[in-house]
Amino acid sequence: MEGKSSYGGNMEYLKATELKLAPPGSDTQEATSGVSTRPKKRAITGPNEQHTKSKVQVVGWPPVRPQRMNSFRARRNETVDESGGMYVKVSMDGAPYLRNIDLKILHGYKELRTILEGMFKCSSLGGAEGYDEEGHAITYEDKDGDLMLVGDVPWEMFVSSCQRLRIMKGSEARGLS
Amino acid sequence: MKVQSAMFYFPEEVIEHIFSFLTHHHDRNTVSTVCKAWYKIERLSRREVFVGNCYAIRPDRAAARFPGLWSLSLKGKPHFADFDLVPPDWGGLAGPWIEALARSCPNLEELRMKRMVVSDENLELLGHAFPKFKALVLVSCEGFSTDGLAAVARSCKSLRELDLQENEIEDRGPRWLNSFPDMCTSLVSLNFACLKGEVNLKSLERLVCRSPNLKCLRLNRAVPVETLAKIINQCPNLEDLGTGSLLADQFSEAYVSLVCALQKCKKLRSLSGFWDVSPLCLLAVYPVCANLTGLNLSYAPTVQGQDFINLIQHCVKLQRLWVLDSVGDKGLTVVASACKELQELRVFPSDLFAAGPATVTEEGLVAISTGCPKLNSLLYFCQSMTNSALITVSKNCPNFTRFRLAILEPRKPDPATNEPFDEGFGAVVKNCKNLRRFSISGLLTDQVFYYIGKYAKALEMLSIAFAGDTDQGMTYVLNGCKNLRKLEIRDCPFGDGALLADVTKYETMRSLWMSSCDISLRGCKALATKMPSLNVEIINEWEAEMEENLNNGVAEVISNNNNKHFNNGNDDRKVEKLYVYRTVGGPRSDAPDFVWTL
Repeated sequence: MEGKSSYGGNMEYLKATELKLAPPGSDTQEATSGVSTRPKKRAITGPNEQHTKSKVQVVGWPPVRPQRMNSFRARRNETVDESGGMYVKVSMDGAPYLRNIDLKILHGYKELRTILEGMFKCSSLGGAEGYDEEGHAITYEDKDGDLMLVGDVPWEMFVSSCQRLRIMKGSEARGLS
Repeated sequence: MKVQSAMFYFPEEVIEHIFSFLTHHHDRNTVSTVCKAWYKIERLSRREVFVGNCYAIRPDRAAARFPGLWSLSLKGKPHFADFDLVPPDWGGLAGPWIEALARSCPNLEELRMKRMVVSDENLELLGHAFPKFKALVLVSCEGFSTDGLAAVARSCKSLRELDLQENEIEDRGPRWLNSFPDMCTSLVSLNFACLKGEVNLKSLERLVCRSPNLKCLRLNRAVPVETLAKIINQCPNLEDLGTGSLLADQFSEAYVSLVCALQKCKKLRSLSGFWDVSPLCLLAVYPVCANLTGLNLSYAPTVQGQDFINLIQHCVKLQRLWVLDSVGDKGLTVVASACKELQELRVFPSDLFAAGPATVTEEGLVAISTGCPKLNSLLYFCQSMTNSALITVSKNCPNFTRFRLAILEPRKPDPATNEPFDEGFGAVVKNCKNLRRFSISGLLTDQVFYYIGKYAKALEMLSIAFAGDTDQGMTYVLNGCKNLRKLEIRDCPFGDGALLADVTKYETMRSLWMSSCDISLRGCKALATKMPSLNVEIINEWEAEMEENLNNGVAEVISNNNNKHFNNGNDDRKVEKLYVYRTVGGPRSDAPDFVWTL
């Protein structure tokens, strides 16, 4: 019995000296997982304000006219719409990182080309055939996983089937024509 | 000969001529009180009247007093109606005013209304009753549709100005633009940016073609770049342009013609709109930037980062800038270095449910104040601010006349010191002696009101939310701010003691608004009893209680203006919304059920 309790006591003592990723004295799950402070954005602000997970919406605050609020809501709804072919990834061979582009706000291939040029800051990404003298070609991966040249099918069909875009260089591109 | 007695021998025409040099309505109001003779001369020669509260005087009386009226400006609902704090159908009806004017003031040329309810019938009447009518300006109004606009367009033969700012207009189709008669060539200013629906583009083009005097044109989002380009080609002398949707492909004809057209606009001074603007269309705007004095990008959340910086660097003569906080502190720093003539800045929040990273903070504001010493008007929504920044800003820009700061999270303290913002806002009132309009936010104690009462001697309008500790706070303001005209308070712990601290003060003010404070029915009744020259209006949302009382047979059945059912003896009940204003018109006859005039 003595032994048992001292064993138990020893365990607690041992636990206190155990190496952990947390300040000494805290031994909750939360602490050991490393998340010991709440993100600043949710900090309790006033003496009487309850901490809530989402922001409490107060009527008429912040003091912004309904017209402005509605135009932001409309915009937010547009971007969270999950119907097929919205945000697609765009990669360019040789570029260190990819971009995202929202196909739904574009109206045609010319606009797509324009936006892509702006994103990747290179000279003309090609004429009607989809590639230019420098050999850049805009290609996309369709729903079947095939790599296709941009520009062959009607715009709407393209938007609904495009999964991601890829700007190819040089000899690889020529293989598609 | 003494100058005083000489005045009595002047014929009326001479006195009238002297009065014609008094342009401000305050001055004209003052001379009208000197004697009966002057009152008569003044009222018959008065051309412009401004009524800051449409319920301060009965429309009939105002119209009858000034039969020679050319221009009337009216304001209806209290300011906090902009933020959904006033229930619909509260009032602010334009009808009685237009009808009274139709009876007494046939020479009316201009009508400007803000926060009023206007119906299509009212606009029909406007078209028919005033043969010389030239200018209609509606700001934050509601209750009418595009049919009403058609009526105005159709009937006003010499219409010069139709200016619709931020109104709620029911869309009944694009036909209204067709209603401008073919012989109407007098338009100088047309603003329909707030219209949500489609417009007839051909009609618009034709209208612009036959309006050689057009100086200001603000389109709505439905107008595409093609039309915009055609329009600008027709009027290269435009001074104020609000674009429609600025989405265009670089290789399109529309874009190319837009670029060419804009290059011809040598007189363009103000730009707004920019809906859906693509970065390329921003490039088209660069040639006009150097002469711009006004730029409104507050509906263009895509203009941020480098796009914004590239644009704003060209705007060296800018005096007025409205942007979204998505331009960031970095964008504001560039503004500070480029726009040395800046006088007015408004930074609106782009994400109202701000859970993302802070986009503008005290840094941006300090940068602006350092770079733009001419700044006198500010509206700034931010997630973070510090006292030290506010003190710096107030010293850099002592010329503020309007200072409105909205820290997005209510009751938030200074993150650097965890203190309230009393010292920061206190510095603003101490250093900015010409401050006329002030809105404060963040964690605030009674101390900030002590400062306001002590230093803000020129203050005319004060907006307070989620601030203060005791009645003393509000009392400091009432006692100290000699020129206070409008006081609006929400969610502050001010009670009957504050309300009744200086009751005669309200006679020197236009209005007082208090909502979600600590005042009771007893206090409001006391105010109403002591000050019969005020309308003390309570907005009741006690319907549920009323229902219960009716069912129990406690209350009497009510008619429109009979509020006996609220008078069931419990005067300690808290009043949710109170609106007090001075008036010579008595209690208003159009008050809805939920408004109780004590």
